Amino acid sequence: MAYPADFRYTREHEWIQVNGKSASVGITDHAQDSLGDIVFVELPKVGAKVEKGKVFGSVESVKAVSDLYAPASGTVTAINEELTTAPEKINADAHAAWIMKIDLADASEVDSLLTAQDYESYIKEETGH
Amino acid sequence: MVDFGGWDMPVEYSGLIAEHMAVRTGVGLFDVSHMGDIQLRGPGSLEAVQHLSMNDAGRLQVGQAQYSALLYPQGTFVDDVIVHKFSPNDYLLVINAGTREKDYDWVRSNARGFDCHVSDYSDYYTQLAIQGPKAEATLQKLTNADLSKVKFYWFTWGTVCDLPNTLIARTGYTGEDGFEIYIPSDVATSERVWNEVIEAGREFGIVPCGLGARNTLRLEAALSLYGHEISDTINVFEAGLDRFCKLEKGPFIGSEALQQVQAAGGPEKRLVGLEVIERGIARDGYRVLSPDGKAIGYVTSGSPAPFLKKNIALAYVPRDFAALDSELAVEIRNSPVKAKVVPIPFYRKPKKPSSTAV
Repeated sequence: MAYPADFRYTREHEWIQVNGKSASVGITDHAQDSLGDIVFVELPKVGAKVEKGKVFGSVESVKAVSDLYAPASGTVTAINEELTTAPEKINADAHAAWIMKIDLADASEVDSLLTAQDYESYIKEETGH
Repeated sequence: MVDFGGWDMPVEYSGLIAEHMAVRTGVGLFDVSHMGDIQLRGPGSLEAVQHLSMNDAGRLQVGQAQYSALLYPQGTFVDDVIVHKFSPNDYLLVINAGTREKDYDWVRSNARGFDCHVSDYSDYYTQLAIQGPKAEATLQKLTNADLSKVKFYWFTWGTVCDLPNTLIARTGYTGEDGFEIYIPSDVATSERVWNEVIEAGREFGIVPCGLGARNTLRLEAALSLYGHEISDTINVFEAGLDRFCKLEKGPFIGSEALQQVQAAGGPEKRLVGLEVIERGIARDGYRVLSPDGKAIGYVTSGSPAPFLKKNIALAYVPRDFAALDSELAVEIRNSPVKAKVVPIPFYRKPKKPSSTAV
């Protein structure tokens, strides 16, 4: 699966797509593939403040639970309620299945995140192939 | 998302849920070569097995197997095992991988006073488990043994994939019908048999299954896992394995301590089945809370149950909280999530008239 060039990525396997002062956040295809069948998503609340590098929710597959880390600080403006009943949408297309939308507190925070190219090299190193 | 480490083992092949469902509805193939094999041979082998294990091996007939356990003198677990009676002087114990060295040392040192020889054959066998309602139809294509005559927890010897005298046991760890076969462990033979089983099962939709499905299948069937439901600090009655513990057969290692537990009115804590009734998944090690929020126990194994489509768990709780339908809570990331005590096993395979177990 290709990693969209207009997304930025974290080493904890989230993606963020910035659109002006707001942004969408999800987990990467590599993350969904490593987790396996996703059966549960714990979403943040609309209006909640999230902080870069801090936990904002979790995803669970049958075999494992993984915390979600905010790629940037901001305020949650929307959550993808569909994932509550259909968490497998993340497996089907991780880069389309956004988890939350936020208003960015500081858009420049995103600049320090990995580019698609950096992220692909990073997961190659991490998985050893 | 962190910590994907440790997943390079075949935790799953095509996907855990698909693998789990294949075993419940068709057939799945597991490589369980990590299981260990200890053989006791000689005129004193039955006495040694009786001394070492809690079930009554004296009731086994040749060709029959039984679930049992090796215990410490305090009535807690060295390991759980399957005892196979090859002949009156020849028994095979199938043991867990993680406890292999410990088990072998334990069996050897405690069998010393008996007229029998103890051998570790773990490295000689590749063990394949063919599990599911279509397991018999799959394996029957590859063997001259009449599998319909092999009852649950019995075994036979036959030619499998041109390998003569292969042990074929109707056993497994999935809560489903199925077989475990023991073949020579060289890579060429192991791969060949693996591929032939896959080919034979193709018409039934066979899939290779990993450790992930093995765990969810055994959890639905509420089968114990060493280091989780059973361990060196958990005794037989706490684990609810009373029916496999035959105190009346005479003394064995651990029997005295267990008699004392019984005389004292039974264990303080019990293994129970929990179904999470609010949104959330209970996981291994999570705390169990009383209705008023006190920590009273812990989850030993917890997971979504792919076939039952519920979030289930096995947990230890004080006996006052162990009654069916008791409403408890599991602490999931600092929040209490409601769960109730339900009967175990969570899943029971549809009954077949030929099923008997000792």
